[in-house]
Amino acid sequence: MANTYNLSHESLNSLFGALRKDGRRIMAPVEAGGRTELAEVETPAQVASDYLQTILSAKEVAFPKVERLLSYTIAPGQVDLKDTEPKAVPTVLFGVRPCEAKAFGALDAVFNWDYRDKFFNARIEQLAVIGLSCTKADEACFCTSVGGGPADATGSDILLTPKEGGYLAEVCTEKGAAILNLAPDLFKPGNGVDKAAITAKVEQAFDQPALTTKLPGIFESEVWTDQALRCIGCGACAFVCPTCVCFDIQEEADPKKGERLRCWDSCGFHLFTLHASGHNPREVQGARWRQRVYHKFSYYPERYDMLGCVGCGKCTRACPVDMNLKEHLIEAAGVKA
Amino acid sequence: MEAVNQRAKELLEKGEIKAVLGYAKGTGHVRRPHFARKAGQVDQLVLDAACLQNLAVYVTKHEVKKLGKVAVIALPATQRAILQLMAERQLRDGELVILAVDGEAVKELDSAAALEEHLALKAQGLDAKDKALLAELDAMSREQRWVYWQNELSRCMKCYACRNSCPMCYCGTCTMDCNRPQWVPVASHGIGNLEYHAVRTMHLAGRCVECGECGRACPVGIPVHLLTFAAEESIHEQFGQRAGAKAKLDYALSTFKTDDKESFIR
Amino acid sequence: MSEKNIYLPYLMRIAEITEESPAVKTFRLEFVDEIAAQSFDFKTGQFGLYSAFGEGESTFCIASSPTRKGYIECTFREVGRVTAALADKEVGDIVGFRGPYGNVFPLEDWKGKNLVFIAGGIALPPLRSVIWNCLDLRDWFQDITVVYGARSVKDLVYKRELKEWSERPDMKLVTTVDPGGETPDWQGKIGFIPPVVEQLGLAAENTVAIVCGPPIMIKLTLPVLEKLGFPPERIFTTLENRMKCGVGKCGRCNTGSSYVCKDGPVYTLAELNELPAEY
Repeated sequence: MANTYNLSHESLNSLFGALRKDGRRIMAPVEAGGRTELAEVETPAQVASDYLQTILSAKEVAFPKVERLLSYTIAPGQVDLKDTEPKAVPTVLFGVRPCEAKAFGALDAVFNWDYRDKFFNARIEQLAVIGLSCTKADEACFCTSVGGGPADATGSDILLTPKEGGYLAEVCTEKGAAILNLAPDLFKPGNGVDKAAITAKVEQAFDQPALTTKLPGIFESEVWTDQALRCIGCGACAFVCPTCVCFDIQEEADPKKGERLRCWDSCGFHLFTLHASGHNPREVQGARWRQRVYHKFSYYPERYDMLGCVGCGKCTRACPVDMNLKEHLIEAAGVKA
Repeated sequence: MEAVNQRAKELLEKGEIKAVLGYAKGTGHVRRPHFARKAGQVDQLVLDAACLQNLAVYVTKHEVKKLGKVAVIALPATQRAILQLMAERQLRDGELVILAVDGEAVKELDSAAALEEHLALKAQGLDAKDKALLAELDAMSREQRWVYWQNELSRCMKCYACRNSCPMCYCGTCTMDCNRPQWVPVASHGIGNLEYHAVRTMHLAGRCVECGECGRACPVGIPVHLLTFAAEESIHEQFGQRAGAKAKLDYALSTFKTDDKESFIR
Repeated sequence: MSEKNIYLPYLMRIAEITEESPAVKTFRLEFVDEIAAQSFDFKTGQFGLYSAFGEGESTFCIASSPTRKGYIECTFREVGRVTAALADKEVGDIVGFRGPYGNVFPLEDWKGKNLVFIAGGIALPPLRSVIWNCLDLRDWFQDITVVYGARSVKDLVYKRELKEWSERPDMKLVTTVDPGGETPDWQGKIGFIPPVVEQLGLAAENTVAIVCGPPIMIKLTLPVLEKLGFPPERIFTTLENRMKCGVGKCGRCNTGSSYVCKDGPVYTLAELNELPAEY
């Protein structure tokens, strides 16, 4: 159960100072060339003041687009392997939207369901999330259809909700309490605020349980091929997605030394499943688009008892051909709320 | 628009085509590509200033070719791209119905020769904004330009939206996807990004129809279209040619002419 | 405190190289590290990721039997960047190995049953491990039959072992090559695997079929087995989806909600029937 406090606008300066004094890097949305993107900041003034969402998700703080897994040197008849220790800087993600905060859980499900991924875990261990409730939403948003909400605290160590003069601060986890303890004076006793009244209204667009129930029965439906006719098979949706976790492992080497890198990948690429023999289990774009939908809304629930989608709408906003996930789910399964 | 839709409907009803490729209303104010496969779906097609995408990217796709003959509602950039594809022998005369739209006028074309004639009447040029950006880049020193692109490309994550949205990037196996040899590193780090965009630019020099689709497609707002625009403008300056203007391929970088400039040989 | 790096391979020295058929080689690999050699264990059906340092990793089954200790073997065809680099290696060279990964053939469940192994082309290696495993536990099973076909005589792998199996009184080996692939002295059958299997007159009762081969062979062989009366629960195969991590993370081998690298590579036909045909 979260402890609730009031945090004034002015106190953020001191909070940032306390976090930095504690040796933490602060990552927050900033305005850059008309875009909102995540960057390291020192003061609250650098944080974007009025933004819907960043283009890319916050997943890169724990799962960067390229990272080294190991390195080695080669000599005749000899290979010396070197383990890689992930660079895990104590980091506070400030001002991340509730949907993205929640998404770390979906990444964790894959990275640790069986074998444990030390690269992801080392960074998550050093990460604290200060979420910020949404006061606006757009047509791509659908968090409330997938069990989230504009003021959902899941995944946030502290969730801030903007209100008159500052924020309502919900301290949700031990990591959140540790932050509070860095500057306890800033967190004033807070009263109950009707969060729903001050945060964005995101109407529930579809019935997700009905969707998940229906999907296995419409796997062979033409609808996936039809919808995917305009999909150009790029990786924009997967790369901006806060839950898309699929990756490639690539070797980069010269005759004497080399390294193995993990890179973001996408099931939308035809290369993703292509065998060296030329056989491709997902030969056409319709099959690849379907995989994206099913992975998030059918396979994830079956496998991990959660959804692989937080309804942030980033994929829809990033898509060059406007593949609107929410709309297509409703169209395919007829599950309008 | 009504005239185009009317004609599209007729063609579908008569069975002369299997689909009409045009634009439909998308999320918010966005217009998205749309395949109308039944006469009843034609009414969903819209045509206004928000229709931007170069639709020629679809006409070489296996999935689209499988539909059968398609009519394309083609704005000038799409027309140029289709003509270039025809010149590069990716499309045959008669394979498509091209509903060429220029302002209010609609012309039905189906051959490279007809497209060439049609396009010859129109001046091709970059819009003012891109012209200004190119001039800005041109005014920079090499070092400044290097820093500018390093900075821009650092955001690249190799989602390949620029490549996949480009009508001229139709290769079955892209150099980027080839690993024997691994020409360009797959990873989206400094060198991987730089080499990718350098290769993309060079592969489009003399072939870029300057639609700007790659730049619009980029989810992180890298003006990648300026790279191919600059290459294309340079080809135009040096060889007096423009891609998407001629029915017969006369590709500057692979055609030797006795009157070619040799000033680059020093 | 740091966790173990699950992407770090064992270093293996190539102890022996056998040229099986054009572009197909078998490596016998020994652990460079003594302690790793001692602690390493696997079960038949499992696979690994083999590294050619400088080029990357490639996935194949472990082709030797767990009953043969001290080494593992893999057989691969040169088709891509990594296998081409592996093919260039010589005895004494170092390669990497991650594994063993995936599930296993349920030998315990097969006790007292007849076994029919059906393999096509380069797909004998995954079955070779389990065939040897079963032969080394011969008294667990009733009749053991191996049907192996390839495009031509020169494409048959494990020629020495085929000879040994053909001479063993406690098993039956049927080899076949595609029409036109025979040589003048070819003693085996001529024809595709599905009709050859059909003509064998196999009794499905109390028999387990293990099938591995190119997709088209599997597709045409399964109906034959079903016609012979094999229930889907007693038909096994092993999938070879593309993989990068082998440990249930990278998402590449996902077939439905199944991770081929974790829930597979061994599946019964009954299990496959529940999955989308994306393999």
